[in-house]
Amino acid sequence: MSAKKYFALIAIVTAIFIAFLYFSSHIFGGYTITVLGSIYIFIILAISYNLINGVTGQFSLEPNGFVAIGAYVTAILLISPEIKSELYMLSEPLPLIRDVFLDPSKPFNPFFALLISGAFSALVALTLAFPVFRVRGDYLAIVTLGFGFIIRIFLINNPEISNGSMGLDSIPGFASYFWIGVACLVTVILVYNIVYSRYGRAMKAVRDDEDAALAMGVNTFKIKTLAFMTSAFFEGVGGGLLASSIGSISPDQFTFMLTFQLLIIIVLGGLGSMSGAIIGTILFLGGMELLRPLDQATKHLGPFHGIPGLRMVVFSILLLLIMLFARRGLLGDKEIWDYIKIKKFKES
Amino acid sequence: MDVGFVLQQIINGFSLGSMYALIAIGYTLVYGVLRLINFAHGDIMMVGAFMTFIALGVLTGWNFSHISMPVFFTAVGISILITAFVGILTYVSAYKPLLDKGAPKISLLITAIGISFFLESLFNVIANQYLGGTYQAFYFPKWFSTIIHIGPLTIPVLTIIVPILTLILLLGVLYILYKTKVGIAIRALAFDIYTVKLMGANSNFIIGFVFALGSALAAIGGIAYAMAYPSIDPYMGMLVGLKAFAAAVVGGIGSVTGAVIGGFILGFVEVAVPGFLPELGGWKDAFAFILLIFVLLFKPTGIMGIDFERQRF
Repeated sequence: MSAKKYFALIAIVTAIFIAFLYFSSHIFGGYTITVLGSIYIFIILAISYNLINGVTGQFSLEPNGFVAIGAYVTAILLISPEIKSELYMLSEPLPLIRDVFLDPSKPFNPFFALLISGAFSALVALTLAFPVFRVRGDYLAIVTLGFGFIIRIFLINNPEISNGSMGLDSIPGFASYFWIGVACLVTVILVYNIVYSRYGRAMKAVRDDEDAALAMGVNTFKIKTLAFMTSAFFEGVGGGLLASSIGSISPDQFTFMLTFQLLIIIVLGGLGSMSGAIIGTILFLGGMELLRPLDQATKHLGPFHGIPGLRMVVFSILLLLIMLFARRGLLGDKEIWDYIKIKKFKES
Repeated sequence: MDVGFVLQQIINGFSLGSMYALIAIGYTLVYGVLRLINFAHGDIMMVGAFMTFIALGVLTGWNFSHISMPVFFTAVGISILITAFVGILTYVSAYKPLLDKGAPKISLLITAIGISFFLESLFNVIANQYLGGTYQAFYFPKWFSTIIHIGPLTIPVLTIIVPILTLILLLGVLYILYKTKVGIAIRALAFDIYTVKLMGANSNFIIGFVFALGSALAAIGGIAYAMAYPSIDPYMGMLVGLKAFAAAVVGGIGSVTGAVIGGFILGFVEVAVPGFLPELGGWKDAFAFILLIFVLLFKPTGIMGIDFERQRF
C-alpha cells in the first residue's frame, strides 16, 4: 500500500469513527453509552496487552498491575490537595503525594496526566524487564502474575500513598464518551503502526523463533523490553481513562480477574490479531451485558427466573464452547482484512 | 522471643505448608505430563471442601452439632471420589478435545480459566440458592480441635495430623510413580507423550489417572484448609491455588518432592515473617510471589532443579 493510499485510509477510518462517536452520543441512551465507553477502554487495554502477549509472544499476565499504576497516577495527579487531605482517612498522605496537582479544569492538563500515567507505567515496565525477561514461557507467566499481585498488595499496604483498601474517589470525570473514543482510535492507529514497523516485524520474529531472531542479529532483549514498555504505556493510559470514567478506584478493581478478562478477550479474538482483539472485546463485554438479565431475580425469562450469579455460569460455558470449536481464537493470528484478501485471491 | 514461640511458629508453618503441598502436587503432576498450568486446580480444591460440606449435611440431616467420626470420614471419602471424578471430567471436557486437535497451549489455558470460572460461579449459585449464603461455616468432629499441651506449646490435634498425613501421602504418590505400572506409564508420558502413544499405551487413561490423583490430593488439601479456617466459600480456591502453584515452581515444577518442599517453605514464610515482623503482616499474600521471583532469579529451575528435557518427577 502506498503512503498516499494509507493516509487516505486512515483519514476515512478516523472520519467515520468520529462521526459515529458524535451521532451515537445523541442517539443512544445513557446505558448504551456507558457500555460503549467501557468497550473503548477495554479495546485500548486489549490491544496493548496483545502487543506483548500476541505479537511478541511473551506470555505475561501483568496488565492489572500497569492498569492499577495508571489509574492511581492519574487519580493522584488530578485530585486537588484540599480534597486529598479529606480523602486520606487511614493515614496522612505523603507531602509529595498531597501537593502534586494538575488542575483538571485547565485545557490539556488531563491529557498530560494521562501521558504521565503511561510514562510512569512504562518506567516500571523498564525496571521490571531486567529481572523478568531472564525467564521464558510459563515461568514468565507466573512471575508477571506475581508482579500484578504485588502491586495490589503494595496499594493496600501503603495508605499514605494510595489510601489503602479504601481507594480514591471524586476523580474528575474528564474522560467523556467522546474523548475515550478518540483515545481508543489514536491507540489503535499507533499500535497498528508499531506492529507493521521494523520493530513490529522484529517482535513477530521473537515470537516465532527467539533463537533464530537472535541469530539474525535482532537484539531480542531490547525488542521484548520495547514491546513490554509500549504495552505498559497504553495500559497505564487506559487505566487513567478507567479511573476517570468510573470516578472512584480501589485496589480490588485490579485483581488478576482483570488480567484474566483481558487474556480471554485476546485469545478469544485470536492471539496476535489486532482486529481480533477489537472483536474479542466487543463480544466479551457485549456478551456479558446481554447475559445480564440472567442475574436479575425479578426478571422472568420464559419459564425461568434469573438467579444471581447464573450469568457467569452461562458465560463460562459459552467461553468453553467457543474455545473448543475455534481453537486458535476467532481470527487466528490473521487480521480481518487478510481474510477478505484471501477470499478475493481465491475468486480471481 | 522464647523457644516455645519459635517452635509454635515452626509447627504452624508445617501445618499451613502441608496444605499448599497437597495442592501443589496436583499442579506439578499435570504440568509434568501436559506442560499445562491447570488454573482450575485451585477450584478443584474448593469443590473438595464444598462436597465434604454437602455430604456431611446430607448424612447428618443438616444438623452439625454432633458429627461422629465414621460419618465424617464417609463424607470425606465421598467428597474425594466426587472431586477425583470432577478432575477427570475437566480433562475430558476442556483439555482433551483441544489436545487431540493440537491446539496452541494458550487456548488450553483459556479453557482452564473457563473451567475455573465455571466451578466458582456454579458453586456460588449453589451456595446462594440452596445453602443460604456465599460463606458457610465448616463443621467437623470436635476431636480435631482438641488442644494438646506439650511443654510451652498449645497445639490443636489438626495441626499435627495434617503434616503427618501429607508426608504419608507424598510417600504414597512416590510409591505409585516409581513402583507401580501406571506410575511408570505416567513417567514415560511425561518424558515423551508421542512415543508412549505409539507404543500402544492408553494415554487418555493415564492422563485421566493423573487428574484423578491430583484432584483427590487437592480435595484432601481443601478439607484440611476448610478445617483450619473453619469456613468455606466458592472463591476460596483462587488465591490458594495460585500460591500453591508458586510453591510448585519454587520447589521445581515437575518434581513431586519439590512440590512438597516448596509448599513447606511457603508455609514457613507465610507464618514466620508476620510472626517475627508483625509490621509486614499486610504483605502476607504477596510472600508467595516475592519468594517465587527471588528463587527464579537465582535458580530458574526451582529448588529441585529438574532438567526439563531429561528427567521428571
